[in-house]
Amino acid sequence: MKECALLPMKESGFGGSCIRGRDTADVSVAKAQRRAFGLELRLEDVSYRVGEDMHIADASAQLDAGSMNVLLGPTLAGKTTLLRLMAGLDKPTSGRILLDGQDVTGVPVRKRSVAMVYQQFVNYPTLSVYENIASPLRVARLGKDEVERRVQKAATLLGLKPMLKRMPLELSGGQQQRVAIARALVKQADLVLLDEPLANLDYKLREELREELPPLFSETGSILVYATTEPSEALLLGGRTLTLWEGRISQIGPTAEVYRRPVSLAAARVFSDPPLNELSVSKGGSVLRALDRTMPVPAPLASLADASYRLGFRAEDVHIVAAPSDHTMAFAGKVTVTEITGSESFVHVDVGPETWVSVLRGIHGLEPGSPVVVAIDPARVFVFDETEKLAAGPALKRAA
Amino acid sequence: MPPGRITLDGIGHSYDAPGKEYALQPMHHVWEQGVAYALLGPSGCGKTTLLNIISGLVTPSEGRLFFGDRDVTYLPTEKRNIAQVFQFPVIYDTMTVAQNLAFPLKNRGVPGGRIKARVGEVAELLGLTRELARKARGLTADAKQKISLGRGLVREDVSAVLFDEPLTVIDPGLKWELRSKLRQVHRALDLLMIYVTHDQVEALTFADRVVVMKDGRVLQVGTPVELFERPEHTFVGYFIGSPGMNLLSAEVRGDKALIGNQEIRLASGYPSLPANVPIRIGVRPDYATLAGRNEGLRARIERVDDLGRKRLARVSVDGQKLVATVPPDFAVPGEDAGVLLDPRHIHVYANEYRVEGVAR
Repeated sequence: MKECALLPMKESGFGGSCIRGRDTADVSVAKAQRRAFGLELRLEDVSYRVGEDMHIADASAQLDAGSMNVLLGPTLAGKTTLLRLMAGLDKPTSGRILLDGQDVTGVPVRKRSVAMVYQQFVNYPTLSVYENIASPLRVARLGKDEVERRVQKAATLLGLKPMLKRMPLELSGGQQQRVAIARALVKQADLVLLDEPLANLDYKLREELREELPPLFSETGSILVYATTEPSEALLLGGRTLTLWEGRISQIGPTAEVYRRPVSLAAARVFSDPPLNELSVSKGGSVLRALDRTMPVPAPLASLADASYRLGFRAEDVHIVAAPSDHTMAFAGKVTVTEITGSESFVHVDVGPETWVSVLRGIHGLEPGSPVVVAIDPARVFVFDETEKLAAGPALKRAA
Repeated sequence: MPPGRITLDGIGHSYDAPGKEYALQPMHHVWEQGVAYALLGPSGCGKTTLLNIISGLVTPSEGRLFFGDRDVTYLPTEKRNIAQVFQFPVIYDTMTVAQNLAFPLKNRGVPGGRIKARVGEVAELLGLTRELARKARGLTADAKQKISLGRGLVREDVSAVLFDEPLTVIDPGLKWELRSKLRQVHRALDLLMIYVTHDQVEALTFADRVVVMKDGRVLQVGTPVELFERPEHTFVGYFIGSPGMNLLSAEVRGDKALIGNQEIRLASGYPSLPANVPIRIGVRPDYATLAGRNEGLRARIERVDDLGRKRLARVSVDGQKLVATVPPDFAVPGEDAGVLLDPRHIHVYANEYRVEGVAR
């Protein structure tokens, strides 16, 4: 261990030199260093504009060493743009990016310690799998033994040992992406950015790799940022989630908390799969008006001012019921489609102008066209005011 | 014979010499008019080869392909009377949405009045009515793919509509919408549809019948419910469901199974299992429930995943991994727990194939 062990991480934050410094450094040393020096990436009011178009607006966030941060948002929400800004591939129009307290806003990617994995499998087609994985270490001029040690370790972790001598294009898609991931891993970068890394893989392979990934990188102490469009993937990855919608970060917090208590309609919509069910209501005194009907105001809305609200509720909180009289918020609807996955059945129901999805456990074959009564559980409803901010909603229950 | 029926009569394919290294093992299937089929399997399972044989892109090295009574084995794609939808949108940017939808009909000289009616109908089904007059240029990828779907569905005279992973580029939220639209369209239009995907959720939610493939072989053809409740092969159990079926090595004697040194009761008896082949029991995570430490199988909890609408516990039972559902509001104990398996949903597999039990 030479300079890097002694120098604060800002040195490594800036340089390819840091890898060289860690000649004999072990992953755990790197991790300890990052934690000890409090490596963190901070975005301060970062905006990015191209011409008149605002691609990222006022993004502020703090990401800690060894943390898993999920960047969740639909296509074109700005996920890739934000990753590129974090990496230094693009420079923000305004705002600052700090790594370990040092302003790195204008520092280009090659002077930062960053590894990226993309949706498309990016490997050097003329290099063997071994050399593909070793390439960042060669660039950093690491000793032969250290290269060998790190490549072998990464190859073992990712199940690539039998194919180190082969060429990337001889491998399956899943294996090719493993090579790209191994390359990011050996680099032991401060910041590891994964841009929908599993999107091009088979469904089952995704399941496997999704489980393997977080522990791999958390061991290095790197700041991990994982961009995805899929709410279920965010939940499986855990850690913290940043919901992104139209270039704005709408919420940051522990993943399960963001899921259970979205602070805005935008965050709730981004983090619902099936899509969030919605209903416009207006409250006047003790009467609630919804879909041309009136009903008593249910408890969660009781303390709110008289106004119009948008209710959001997930598929698991809409129930198909036999007796509407038992429920304050029950509506007549018609089944349009039922989708059965085995574990669950998703019943799409037209209710007035709205289409809702109700999820039932197990197999339920409700025929299209069948009339049904759907009831919303008022205790599970998110109430958004006219500015689309959360006005009332279920309290967070700590998981046992 | 209905025009929409497809018969695969001993269809098989080898890219090299015939009979060597099959990309597709010879198979015999009849697919009926008005039914939606999904070809499901991992990369390299042969599903795309099979689709290409049906579309005419690949000539099979063995067997014959019939559309209705007509032998089409050697006919080129354009003479096969099929419509296709690909992974990425194929539309004309300079045309309006309506012109794009009308294109396949116009090409075949369908009268103007009929084109208008049909384009209107398909646009209505897909929710494109309000976009009909606008140019396709500048539409989002999702909207463009919707138009591609519409173009695939607009002809009434086709023998089949083939979809090659059409929702790959679509956002999760819109997938829900498009999937349910496709199902409604299928009901309304009475077409034979074949849909290739690696995504089991798409296959199960789209298709009336799912064809599960692996290594060039069809392992099971069944309704989504059949594949979920009675997978005939361990791979089907694993591939269908997320996470897939738990498979545990076991010793089965009569109506009891021994997992490690723990015994469980089965709902049926298995008096005549073959000897000297691997025996496993299969049970879906939905039918394995986490319980207190003195109930059911002794298990060690490795992790609990909070998936929003449900929690799954990853446990180990005498060294074998198993995923169990955590009941709502169940307080997860520390390391040691029990797992209850529902006997009615336990299957026994000998050499990877399901064995039918004998009722007691």
